[in-house]
Amino acid sequence: MNERRMLDDSHYENLIEEESVCINENLVYDKPETLTKTPMHYCPGCGHGVAHRLIAEVIDELGIQEKTIGVAPVGCAVFAYNYFNVDMSEAAHGRASAVATGIKRVLPDRYVFSYQGDGDLAAIGTGETIHTCNRGENILIIFINNGIYGMTGGQMAPTTLEGMKTTTTPFGRDVQAMGYPLKITELIAQLPGVYYCSRVAVNTPVHVRKAKKAIYNGFKFQELNKGVSFVEIVTNCPSNWKMTPVESNKWLEEHMLPFYPLGDLKLPGKEN
Amino acid sequence: MAKVKGDIIIDIEKCKGCELCAAACPQHSLELSRKLNSKGYHYIVKIEDNCTGCTNCALVCPDSVIRVFRKTEKKKEQVATITNVTGDITVKVKS
Ligand SMILES: Cc1ncc(C[n+]2csc(CCOP(=O)(O)OP(=O)(O)O)c2C)c(N)n1
Ligand code: SF4
Ligand code: SF4
Ligand code: SF4
Ligand SMILES: [Mg+2]
Repeated sequence: MNERRMLDDSHYENLIEEESVCINENLVYDKPETLTKTPMHYCPGCGHGVAHRLIAEVIDELGIQEKTIGVAPVGCAVFAYNYFNVDMSEAAHGRASAVATGIKRVLPDRYVFSYQGDGDLAAIGTGETIHTCNRGENILIIFINNGIYGMTGGQMAPTTLEGMKTTTTPFGRDVQAMGYPLKITELIAQLPGVYYCSRVAVNTPVHVRKAKKAIYNGFKFQELNKGVSFVEIVTNCPSNWKMTPVESNKWLEEHMLPFYPLGDLKLPGKEN
Repeated sequence: MAKVKGDIIIDIEKCKGCELCAAACPQHSLELSRKLNSKGYHYIVKIEDNCTGCTNCALVCPDSVIRVFRKTEKKKEQVATITNVTGDITVKVKS
């Protein structure tokens, strides 16, 4: 009996758990303060959530929460104002960059960004987008390109890839009938009013890190008053692409990125 | 060499079970639970104790439900201090 107990004791001694590493001192990644606690309404695995978090992280890092004003679009991100702990305004479909223009002109010391989908920015809001960029407004435009109208149930967007199936192109996008996918970022990068223009993605940890840098630049360049910063984020839409989130991120890598290559399209100080 | 040990805390009530974190984890430490949270999603759980605290899972999580911790234990190095006779030069020598 005695012998057995001794055996057990030493056995338990070996099992004594190491001290937990989950203490504040070791914390290396946490949700940024600029995101509210409200759970996001986005579908599981949707890139909108990652894009939101990166913007919030940059605002935290720059310490500009009190001085930032965002403009939410119409599209899946229509409730973006519920998720950011900064002043936000909602714009009519496609008009976010025009609303942002007004805000920035009245309050030039604020950091102003618009957050817009591809249907919003590159279809109904093409006019506003191009003229905001051409006027060289000192704002940051975040462009979420998921190649589809997500919110309304997966119709073709200007950015939909050739041959891609959507509810309005059930046999795939036929460029003869529906035109070519629009690379609006390449178009606006040509405009002298655009100071910084970059295309990033959020489908892998490496891409997420680079995306954050681009958003950081976008906010930082506003201090120079040199014109528009434009950051396109290529994202997924698992629900309307009819894939699992993991499949959609793979599909994005294999199909979206060859057509929408990542990188800086316009970088201050570099000839393009 | 430094020894790294990591761990994560998952807010399972807010997890939507998209599995992007599991796909991004180089240690294959994450898997979907058979159980559901109150929203009806299978949530992510840690199935291995080999986390390095690399933050990959948290970076790709759209719902920001993962907190990452990392502890780097520096191996104690034996260092000898040698001072010359006049006492104006001191060098540290690693064992
Ligand atoms: C004036 C007007 N026209 C049309 C609509 C319908 N509508 C709502 S969202 C949307 C498209 C959104 O697509 P996108 O901007 O790509 O955003 P996503 O949902 O993909 O993030 C459309 C056409 C509307 N709300 N208002
Ligand atoms: S419909 Fe698409 S874009 Fe909209 S929340 Fe769902 S996955 Fe995201
Ligand atoms: S921190 Fe890295 S190793 Fe740990 S669970 Fe997340 S992805 Fe895996
Ligand atoms: S990425 Fe986030 S929401 Fe998706 S399964 Fe992992 S913890 Fe849950
Ligand atoms: Mg879209």
